[in-house]
Amino acid sequence: MTVLEFDGVSFRYPGAAQDALSDVSLSIEAGEFCLLTGLSGSGKSTLLRAAAGLVPHFHGGTFAGAVRVGGLDTRSSGPAEIGALAGTVLQDPETQLVMSTVRAELALAVENRGLPAGAVARSVEETALALGIGGLLDRATGELSGGELQRVALAAALVARPRVVLLDEPTSQLDPVAGDELIWQLRRLNQESDTAVLLIEHRLERCMAAADRVIAIEDGRIACDRDPRGFLEWAGAERPELQTPAARLLGLLDISPPPAGVKQARATLRRHGLLSAERPEARPAPGTPRARRRRRFGRASGVAAALELRGVWHELRDGPAILRGAELSICAGEAVVLMGRNGAGKSTLLRHAAGLLEPTRGTVRSSGRVGLLMQNPGDYFLHERAGDEASPAALERAGLAGMADRHPRDLSGGERQRLALAIVLDGGEPASVLALDEPTRGMDRAAKSRLAAWLRERAGEGTAVLLATHDVEFAAEFATRAVLLAEGRVIADGPVAELLSGGWYFATETARILDGAGAALLPAEGARLLRGTGDPRPLPELIAEARP
Amino acid sequence: MSARARPRVLAYRRRATPLHAARAPVAAAYGGALATAALIVDHPLLLLALGIAVLGAAVAAGVGPELSRAARRSVIPMLLLTVLVNAIVSRGGLTVIARLGDWGVLGQVDVTLEAVVSGLVLGLRLLVVSLACLLVVCTANPDELLFALRRLSPHSALTATLTTRLIPVLGEDARRLAEAQRCRPDGGARGARGRIQVLSATVSGALERSLDVAAVLEMRGYGSARRVHRARAPRSRHDLAFGASAVGLIALALLAQLSPAGAFAAYPLLSMALTPATFALALLAPLIALAPFADRRGIEP
Repeated sequence: MTVLEFDGVSFRYPGAAQDALSDVSLSIEAGEFCLLTGLSGSGKSTLLRAAAGLVPHFHGGTFAGAVRVGGLDTRSSGPAEIGALAGTVLQDPETQLVMSTVRAELALAVENRGLPAGAVARSVEETALALGIGGLLDRATGELSGGELQRVALAAALVARPRVVLLDEPTSQLDPVAGDELIWQLRRLNQESDTAVLLIEHRLERCMAAADRVIAIEDGRIACDRDPRGFLEWAGAERPELQTPAARLLGLLDISPPPAGVKQARATLRRHGLLSAERPEARPAPGTPRARRRRRFGRASGVAAALELRGVWHELRDGPAILRGAELSICAGEAVVLMGRNGAGKSTLLRHAAGLLEPTRGTVRSSGRVGLLMQNPGDYFLHERAGDEASPAALERAGLAGMADRHPRDLSGGERQRLALAIVLDGGEPASVLALDEPTRGMDRAAKSRLAAWLRERAGEGTAVLLATHDVEFAAEFATRAVLLAEGRVIADGPVAELLSGGWYFATETARILDGAGAALLPAEGARLLRGTGDPRPLPELIAEARP
Repeated sequence: MSARARPRVLAYRRRATPLHAARAPVAAAYGGALATAALIVDHPLLLLALGIAVLGAAVAAGVGPELSRAARRSVIPMLLLTVLVNAIVSRGGLTVIARLGDWGVLGQVDVTLEAVVSGLVLGLRLLVVSLACLLVVCTANPDELLFALRRLSPHSALTATLTTRLIPVLGEDARRLAEAQRCRPDGGARGARGRIQVLSATVSGALERSLDVAAVLEMRGYGSARRVHRARAPRSRHDLAFGASAVGLIALALLAQLSPAGAFAAYPLLSMALTPATFALALLAPLIALAPFADRRGIEP
């Protein structure tokens, strides 16, 4: 049974020069789990909004073709009627919740469908239990963390038992553990209740194994609509930036078909005799280049720190302690990634580093100015022109030389990020430390690679870069050192290759495939490692050579 | 993202108190009765008694610090301003306590005892009404109130829901924008100019934000014309106690205003009743208001 159907849909936003969607035709059957992917600005969110009835009802513009949700045509039925059949979770969880308590939020959707009181109460309880948010039901929505907000928004979309769920990057603010949990909760609901899922996600490796089908969209058109393996084959040939790390690893080894996940990748490598059935050595031997490099980090190095936090506490009045004696020392030119679960204290630590917060105990010292880029680059924009926000030299340095006359809010996600960086680094005393909070949210892989290269350049010039992220693949590409934060304390601090290769959640897909062998994190490293089985040099040396 | 800090603004949070255990319309009626009583009576002693009743209720409901903070920041300055303006502008009163000379447009300014007391009574009334309203904000669940309003007027309820949701969202936007300005190398514009820049950026983003909130409400079927059902909670002992207290407070205020015991006139000369009945009424007001808090059975969420 078809639950969602696009029939020759074209759409142009009011005042736009080109179509956001162009002759899109697709149908999604009940019980299908579909991933929607593509580069930033390709039209994914517009397609999702069209499925929810928000396009054209809320956005205006020029619409052609037809979208049918469970038989209802969105041209004649508004978002309220479509909402009875399609549950939607948009990108920003802050505006997704409209009531003051979680229980009222969940009840809202079912009450509005006219269900009797008993059915409302049952639906709320069942959905909360299914999504593991039973403990949040009586909490005020204003007190929830970002991760909790996203779970509650998902529960509010599911509570009325829709036939199709539409999700726009629901894991963007979640740590790897919570992100995986959410994807598998969706998969379970999808399997048990026959609910179709249409999910936008940039980090495909996170959900490829759960998907039945992957739809890629380019310039508003459907470029590929196949099963995961078919999509990965297409991406390998046409759009390498959309490939998963596992597919890139096997692609580099000239092995096909590409795997849809870690399990398939390991099975394929075993079949080719590249991976033994036994668990390999997870850490490099003492005295290898990586072990030697570790000694250069932090206080042990003896080099003057660019940023130093000594026993920093941040205790809320009438509330919990967010930081509990955090210790961190970063040298000039270091590229450090800060990781940890939601609520571990990463953003608070960065705010302390930048001097926006005063520690309730402990000290923060820096050798110079600390430039901080917070999660939402739009928060830095006050003017109508990009040229009024930062000097021409700063714009040029950020790669925005020709965009001085553009409105900051009209720039793409990556451009906004760079404009905010230009503002933070413009004029005054040069920043000795650059701190960034989740800068890759909503970025596609190509934009992330450009950002990683730009940040490595800054580190090469002697700026200490400290970056908080949940994106393990980006962390591996950018950083040389990783710091793991939990409950407001630093619980692990070491070379990125060690920290992101030995675990399961805080590990790259390549490291999980290779089970931490040789501390290989990126596909190129993994391929070098596997190809180099005949190379007489030790594995860590091969890995060190493969790293950027 | 770290867990958000506790909100500094006044907001409803379910606490284990008798007033929070009452239904939202009852809690709102109780706070409303305190405010209405303060609008009915004129006698300063009775107003003072009602002020003590509101503060006592706030402490008993666990929101005393929030209300005293709000009073210190905005209500007491307003009270002082009221007294000052009334003392300077009012031409009534015969007991001159200060001659301030010729003030140009205002002419000869003489401060009279009657004008000062009248200003104090006005300010006291403002204080009690404001604190009673803040008590409602902190103790009546807004979702339940909006639900009740929705039955009466769906469109007004929709507007109220959008507004109540948008205010904290925009407040959070403004906080983040101000923080981002501090991250600029020059620390951003300071003082009034900085505040205006942040306010302007917040307002320009408000339309985008309100569209997002409206879209979510629409998708959840808020605009649908279907009748909304909600399980009616049985009337608890706290509903009955606070309901009775609200009725009692209005009755007491009417009795005080209509009887000689509550008589008060500021001009031309101060005159007020100070009989045993006046003191009895002043004592009764806090007793009636605070009596429902004595019963603490079944107050856990």
